[in-house]
Amino acid sequence: MTREEITTGLAEILEEVAGVNPEDVAEGKSFTDDLDVDSLSMVEVVVAAEEKFGVKIPDNEVQNLKTVGDAVSYIEAQS
Amino acid sequence: MSGSRIVSLGHYQPSRVVTNDEIAQLVSTNDEWIRDRVGIVSRRIAESSESVADMAAAAADKALANSGLTAADIDLVVVATCTAADRSPNVACRVAGKLGITAPGAYDINTACSGFAYALGTVDHAIRAGASRNALVIGAEKLSDVVDWTDRTTCIIFADGAGAAVLTATGEGEPAGVGPVVWGSVPEKSDAVRIEGWRPYVRQEGQSVFRWATTSLAPLALQACERAGVAPEEIAAFVPHQANTRIIDGIARRLGMPHAVVAKDIVESGNTSAASVPLALSKLVERREVPSGAPVLLFGFGGGLTYAGQVVRCP
Repeated sequence: MTREEITTGLAEILEEVAGVNPEDVAEGKSFTDDLDVDSLSMVEVVVAAEEKFGVKIPDNEVQNLKTVGDAVSYIEAQS
Repeated sequence: MSGSRIVSLGHYQPSRVVTNDEIAQLVSTNDEWIRDRVGIVSRRIAESSESVADMAAAAADKALANSGLTAADIDLVVVATCTAADRSPNVACRVAGKLGITAPGAYDINTACSGFAYALGTVDHAIRAGASRNALVIGAEKLSDVVDWTDRTTCIIFADGAGAAVLTATGEGEPAGVGPVVWGSVPEKSDAVRIEGWRPYVRQEGQSVFRWATTSLAPLALQACERAGVAPEEIAAFVPHQANTRIIDGIARRLGMPHAVVAKDIVESGNTSAASVPLALSKLVERREVPSGAPVLLFGFGGGLTYAGQVVRCP
């Protein structure tokens, strides 16, 4: 899977879970500061991403995923 | 073998209402943030002179008055709590003393927020084993005693209150009103909710608890329905621990219970740990939102991490 494909997949999840406009989703964007995803919605995003990409993202890893790019890199490395 | 059923319910909340605006004077937070993240609009906080036993006894007194039984009929008192100030006597003995119940079996049970469903399970077992005929099961908490009023992640959530149920043995051929309990725990996640130490304060890893609650609990709650022989579509009300409206919604979405009223007492009562399930159930019944005899799914979860739930027939 390419980074672009992972980003597109995350954008779909972010739209469904937190109502984020997919056009706003880019690697440099911060989940909390730019996309207004709060800490609980972030958990829902992570759970949906595990299912969609077939990866495991443990609780202690979630706080390290500050930007969309962080999440893409993590998923890319795991899958 | 005969089982047990809930005869009646009762609840008690302290009179003092604390709004989100008042909390915002103590820590950096605001009404909109609290409503959005937790779903709480206001909560009840006990006076310093008001104990867990006082609240437990007040709720139990109402449940007893609603039952048609008297103190003399009660042979077992079980209190679920994690905030009793004293190690001995336990809250159950204090409640028995306040209500004039003589010589009951009396014990407290501490599984934090899942406490009421655990207590209901053990009392149902006691009745099935012939160790009790009529019992009081109570959830009562004074979380305000263990809240760190400088910690904005927790002090917005927790509150005080009590709920109680009177249980009785069912007769020959009468269907059981309390279904089999499904219970368990997740010891490896014990650090997710803590009230530790000699002068304890409540602490929790919010994201970790949220993830566990919204992903792991719905299948367990459905197991309680299956063990009771009740299809999810038949459930008339779902009364989960009142932890956070977003957790409640997250679990409810996964249950597939189109006809169930979902209890949201947290909005006006906050998170009262072991008291939250009986408190919410008692109010639903008082408002006649659930018909008598209808199946209600109870499900407690929290510190431990522990969980327990069962289907009960509405009194």
